[in-house]
Amino acid sequence: MIVNQTTIKELAGKKMRIDGRKFTEYRTPITVETNISWTAEGSARVQLGETVVMAGVKLSLEKPYNDTPDQGGIMINAELTPLSSSEYESGPPGIKAIELSRVTDRGIREAKAIDMKQLCVVPGEKAWFVIIDIVTINDAGNLFDVAGLATLAALKAARFPVVDEETGAIDYKKKTDKPLPLTKEPLPVTVYKINGNLLVDPTAEEEKVYDARLTVATDEKGTISAMQKGGEAPLSTDEISQMMDMAQEKATFLRGVLDK
Amino acid sequence: MAYTKRLDDRQNDELRPMSAKAGVIPNADGSASFIAGKTTAIVAVYGPRELFPKFKQNPKKGLLRCHYAMMPFSGSGERIRPGTSRRAQEISMVMEHALLPVIDLKEFPNSVVDVYIQLPQTDAGTRCAAISAASIALADAGIPMKDMISSVAVGQVDGTIVADLSYGEESYPGIVSDIPIAMTHNTKQVTLLQMDGEITKEDLSKALEVAKPAMDKVYEVQMKALKDKFSVENKK
Repeated sequence: MIVNQTTIKELAGKKMRIDGRKFTEYRTPITVETNISWTAEGSARVQLGETVVMAGVKLSLEKPYNDTPDQGGIMINAELTPLSSSEYESGPPGIKAIELSRVTDRGIREAKAIDMKQLCVVPGEKAWFVIIDIVTINDAGNLFDVAGLATLAALKAARFPVVDEETGAIDYKKKTDKPLPLTKEPLPVTVYKINGNLLVDPTAEEEKVYDARLTVATDEKGTISAMQKGGEAPLSTDEISQMMDMAQEKATFLRGVLDK
Repeated sequence: MAYTKRLDDRQNDELRPMSAKAGVIPNADGSASFIAGKTTAIVAVYGPRELFPKFKQNPKKGLLRCHYAMMPFSGSGERIRPGTSRRAQEISMVMEHALLPVIDLKEFPNSVVDVYIQLPQTDAGTRCAAISAASIALADAGIPMKDMISSVAVGQVDGTIVADLSYGEESYPGIVSDIPIAMTHNTKQVTLLQMDGEITKEDLSKALEVAKPAMDKVYEVQMKALKDKFSVENKK
């Protein structure tokens, strides 16, 4: 591993990658499978190279928050399971899982990708809350992009469950054909800086040697809804500009995979 | 009214459609998925590796640990809060006891073999699917094993003995008993036995007899998964 870490940096200086890919090239296979869980209102399994992530949507009826009585809500939670890598341990989410869930959450929430007002049933009393759980199956790098893709795919696949009109109880075993009120399709793309070069879709090994990274969530019009810089090295404004261009271009590519 | 026709039209001794695959998680030392009807179990094995904290180490043999977890969206009702529960801890423990009789960890002192279970969707029989998957995953990891462990539930629904109960049958109105069982393949020794509901001693004996051929069907699926991964013909 140490040998490869040195090699990855050296290769990056020569515009090369250890697996022969271009800097802007995603791994293959890249597949999106939806409705992988009959118990979720919507679900997806995304594979990118050897990275596999599942996401599931559960809907529930709750009392709206006091400051937004006419709106529903969303919550995104991520679990980096010890099943998916020897580096993760059982227990409450660590900072890596918290960052992953919060960055994914902001991409969807801040884009107003879900019309929260349409989730309201009775103002001040009852509204739909959307809870998305991201579960890693095999972490071979680039969880931000894969989790974002799985989240959007699960949201698109979700259908409301049947609600008993008299009792107001949800029958989770029966689904209607009504989808979530999705207004946009934001997707995060993370650009990594290794030895002065910018690249996307790192492997687990490449993730160990990056200097800085920038996650940019953009919708189909190119509007940016969330960003997160990571890593210890600084970025120049020129680099940030280049990274945003790469992120927008690659988000379009990923959206194409999703619509296939 | 007796339970004469099963909810999903199966024969009384017929199991739900099953499939299994070995080597589904590249990062793990061994892994498998096992699908029974609408229940899916994914299992990863990591180890033998050094056990921490050190005071838990046994210088005479390695330790087997199971970690059972349902994904938050895998229940047929409301979302399940992530994190462990009393139920998950109990299932993890009985899983360890179900698998240990065929596993030899004497060669691995001070080490641990961790078995992680995740369920993306469930419809009864989760511990059985988890054990069947875990047995494949342990073999895939090359852990020394004397035999395979297969697992399936049998039970009695309103007077009828059936194999591999679905959730609809477990919650059928009337007298129902659900008996998850795991057995060694060659000697048909019982390594997991739990039961809830109501059953007579005679019916329990009948149910245990139904379990044996049911285990063989599970075993076939498990071996196929291993052969698909390891047989020489498939490598060509």
